[in-house]
Amino acid sequence: MTKSPFDDLESRLVAARARETQEGSSQKRPPRESMRGLAMGMRLAVEFASGIAIGAGIGWGLDLWLGSRPWLMVVFLFLGGVAGVLNAYRAAKGMAQTVGFGQAQRQHDAQQREAHSEDR
Amino acid sequence: MHSPMEQFAIKPIIPLEIGGINVSFTNSAVMMVIAVIAITLFLTLSVRSRALVPGRWQSLAELCYEFVAGMLRDNVGSEGRKYFPFIFTLFMFVLFGNLLGMIPGSFTFTSHIVVTFALALVVFLGVTVIGFARHGLHFLRMFFPHGAPLATAVILVPIELISYFSRPVSLSVRLFANMTVGHIILKVMGGFVVSLGAFYLIPGVVPFAFLVGVTLLEFLIALLQAYIFTILSCIYLHDAIHMH
Repeated sequence: MTKSPFDDLESRLVAARARETQEGSSQKRPPRESMRGLAMGMRLAVEFASGIAIGAGIGWGLDLWLGSRPWLMVVFLFLGGVAGVLNAYRAAKGMAQTVGFGQAQRQHDAQQREAHSEDR
Repeated sequence: MHSPMEQFAIKPIIPLEIGGINVSFTNSAVMMVIAVIAITLFLTLSVRSRALVPGRWQSLAELCYEFVAGMLRDNVGSEGRKYFPFIFTLFMFVLFGNLLGMIPGSFTFTSHIVVTFALALVVFLGVTVIGFARHGLHFLRMFFPHGAPLATAVILVPIELISYFSRPVSLSVRLFANMTVGHIILKVMGGFVVSLGAFYLIPGVVPFAFLVGVTLLEFLIALLQAYIFTILSCIYLHDAIHMH
């Protein structure tokens, strides 16, 4: 009976795990970081533009319906711009997973409180 | 030489018209059917042996499964588990659509806004229905900030509504724009290789080297965009489930 492949399994597992964490922390970082920056920039642009587009679209639709051309479209174009900025701001702040501003604010407050209580 | 936009042309393969609406079976539909068949074959054949120590194909299938399951667990929580079949289907469909489009001469159905917008609309409507089903009319409260003066509702509610309705647009435009732009760049670069390389060898090598890099980047983007589309769907689902 010769050596079984399971003899030094434990030590090989430890070595493999160590290798994995090392690779994950040092080697994989740079390309991922730059890729993330590119994706983020793209995302902000799309978030901003889609806010304006939807605002203008809603205004145009309401104008068609109410026959108030072009006033509602003008108003909603501005509101859409505000919503676009809000979208981009939330995406940049990492608060995109919250819909309403109130929710975002509460989450932000909760984080602040948490950070505050950790300080003490 | 074809124009760079030629690859996005929709060609009817079986012309069909029902009630004045053109419902032809197009090359886009062919690729979708191929994607569905490829996904089904990949997932069923690879796990057929049900080995405890997975082989190459089985570990690939398990990798996809665990990737989406982990994404759902991290972003939605344990309550999101019952939506796993939908999210997994969405991920595989977009992923295969992007990757099949990288085969030369094939068609990328995710490079059409109709397709991506339809997918995003399903996510958007589904999430809204789930939100209303779980919270009832209380779901509408998220359009008004907690603790703001009531008079500001006139401005804030439309802004929040626009912000909410812009979600399917940004979700679909991101995928569509990335795929379209990537494929145009590939085509234009390929054109440079042919037109320059036909006369002199050396100038043709430069765009060719660039083309190799861009092709690799496109594969990365194909994976990344499928990931982003799915993770944003997860985030929207999270919103609808936990809106405290």
